[in-house]
Formats: sequence, structure tokens, C-alpha cells
Amino acid sequence: MATQTPYEVLGVNKDASADEIRKAYRKLAKQFHPDLNPGKPEAEARFKSISTAYDLLSDPEKRGRYDRGEIDESGAERPRYSYRPHAEGAQGWKYRPEGEFDPADLDDLFEMFGRGGQGGGARRGGQAGSRDFQMPGADRHFTLTIDFVTAATGGKQRLALSEDEWLDVTIPPGIDDRQVLRLKGKGGPGFGGGPPGDALIEVHVAPHPWFRREGDDIHMELPVSLAEAVLGARVPVATVTGPVTMTIPKGSDTGTQLRLRGKGIRRKRRGAETAGDQYVTLKVVIGASGDPELANFLEEWAKQHPTDPRRGIGGGTTEGAAAA
Amino acid sequence: MIAFKEIVERFAELESGELSRWVENRWIVPEADGGQENERWVFHEVDVARVELILDIRREFALDDETMSLVLGLLDQVYSLRRQMRRLCHALESQSPEIRDAIRKALPPAGENGG
Repeated sequence: MATQTPYEVLGVNKDASADEIRKAYRKLAKQFHPDLNPGKPEAEARFKSISTAYDLLSDPEKRGRYDRGEIDESGAERPRYSYRPHAEGAQGWKYRPEGEFDPADLDDLFEMFGRGGQGGGARRGGQAGSRDFQMPGADRHFTLTIDFVTAATGGKQRLALSEDEWLDVTIPPGIDDRQVLRLKGKGGPGFGGGPPGDALIEVHVAPHPWFRREGDDIHMELPVSLAEAVLGARVPVATVTGPVTMTIPKGSDTGTQLRLRGKGIRRKRRGAETAGDQYVTLKVVIGASGDPELANFLEEWAKQHPTDPRRGIGGGTTEGAAAA
Repeated sequence: MIAFKEIVERFAELESGELSRWVENRWIVPEADGGQENERWVFHEVDVARVELILDIRREFALDDETMSLVLGLLDQVYSLRRQMRRLCHALESQSPEIRDAIRKALPPAGENGG
């Protein structure tokens, strides 16, 4: 009990560096070396304990194990105290949380186990034997790739669970990429009458050539002709629920954003239906740049309407850029 | 019966100031003895095991005092539940096969009732 720690033997602090430990050891070793202290058995004993202490503290691994209480000062393994058997034993009672119910009160017990009890979990007690042992089946994991429109509107998608087992998975509208659906009872069979596990399906949503999602809104870019942009038009537009007709206002341009209200993702939230919108960003496509009539017209028109769409982008004026 | 000093000596990474703070925080609950200062407490094996547990957790996860209090509080709740579960299991084991069977049938399958 009164044994000195190796730190005390060498006269160093617990946080001493390797260097300090080596210096302390050299100094003491010289002082108590048996050859320098002939006929002094106490010096020899001291020298031994100094060597043992240095042996332990000079090895970072041993020093760490000693600091953690895994080995004692002689380097011997120490029995580890495991907290669990103590905590669950009679002594553990004193660390019960405040308000732990009185186990004599069976109402409390049954109320507690009636509410989130683990049901027929593994039994202990030996004599009951394996016929009593119940275990829920294992969960099975699948991935399912669905197209963008199905993800947006919801629907059914067939999933192969095994070679001869199919399942029609109901996709809720607005499912996100990598969202996981849990199908109760479609996992591995239970053991000893236990319930089957669940099927966990990670849904991958394939990208769409022109639709893109932002939350419950759908975004797309819509090509329009020069005439449609300048003069206005009514054009068909695809939405996730089918084509609709949209009015392009007169004097639109590339980048003009139009909204189709309610054409985004519809879903029920706490009974109420909500719907996102579809945003259509116009992209003017001239499509007839080689047409001589258009060229002739623009030649006259440009002279009377000088415009610089690059103003403010830092490239200088059009003339300046041309000269460079 | 284990003295304060013995615990501090056993764990080199434990300072005596820390252990007395843990006692004040009631992370460790020793028994009172007649001595002075730190020697007024005596400890049982469960306390030493708990000191070791706290040191392990602190080393592995580098927790501050506040988080450690939370962790210990949750652990104590788990062990409390396990103790109660054990008592209940013992009580069930002492019942006749008919009663145990009836209870087993009455248990909902795991996973129902949000379990």
C-alpha cells in the first residue's frame, strides 16, 4: 500500500517528459550504483527499484498502461474493474437516478414495460431452453432506382427482393434522392416465433434531362425563338404531371423566369395538401442566324439601336474590346 | 473499504483534486468516515470501478465536466433499467409454466408499439 509510484522513485512529476525522466534516472543511477556503494545493501535495493521504475517510464507504451492503471509499478497486470457487474449488483443501487421508481410498486413496472417494452426479447435463466428464445428477423437492405418524374409525383415501382420474390413499393410524392423507405415485416424471418425484420430500401432518383428539383419546386430551362421572345407567344411546356400551355410575355429575354403555380411537387402534410411551383427560365435560341433577310434587317436596326449586353462585365466597351 | 489515497495512487492519470471534485459533483459517492480532508471518505469496489469508467470515457472521448455529467446520468438510468428488468425477470422465472406462457403470449412482438 505504501509502495512508491515509479514517478516518486525517480523524483519526477507525473507529466515529466521522456528527457526529464532519463536525466533523473542517470543522476540517481550514478548515486546508487552498487559498484560505487560496495557493502551497502540498501543502495543496491534502491538501485533496483530505480531501474524498475525507469524501465517502466522510459517505455511509452508501458508508461501509458501504468498511467491507465492497467499494470502496477512492477509491470504486472492489474485486474481491471469492470463497472457493469458492480452497477447491476447491490452496490450499484446507490448510483440510481433520482426518482427511480419503487420496484415494489407493480403498477409502475407494468406501465413501464407496457409502454416501450422490448417484448419477447432474449430470455435469461437457463432452464427455459431454446424453445423460449424469440428474436426478430434481420433487416434486409435494398437499393431502388426510380426516374425523376416518379420521385416527384409518387407512384409504384417494382423491386426484386430475390430471384422469385417481387414487391411493389409505394413511392411517396416528393421522395428525395437516397431517402430510405422502411417496409415493415419484409425482412428476414423471425426466430422462434419472433416477428420478421424489415426491408430497408434506399431510393436513388435518376437525374432528368431537363427537370431539376429544389425542395418542392421544379426548375427547367425552356428554349424559345427570337420571335417568341420579342413578340410573345403561347407555348407548350412539360411539367411532371403532363404538358401545359404557358404564355410567354411580349419582350421576354434569355434569363426571364416564369412561374407555373402549383406545378411543382404536391404532397400531403398533416392532412393539408401543399404544392411547389415550376420555374421556367427562358433561353432565346435564334435558330436562323444564317438567314439573309434577318441579317439585312439587323444591319439597319443595329445602327439605330446601339446596345452593349456586356456592359459592366469588365471587358471594356465593345469598340475597346475589338481594338485589343 | 478503500481509502482516497489508494485510488489516486492506483491511477496515475488521476489527480487528487479531480477525485475530490468528482465526489463533490456526486459522480462518485463514497461513505463518510471520521477522518480529515480527503481521508474523511471511504470507497467501495463499485466506486473504484466507476472511477476507472470515468477515466476511460474521459480519455477516449475527451469530455468536459458538463458532458460527463450527462453521460453518467444516462448510464445510471440504463443500469437502473437493467436492475429493474432483472428483478422482473426473476419474478417471472419463479412463476408456474402456465403463467409464464400466458405472459409470453400477451407480449406484443418486438417492434410494435413503437418499440
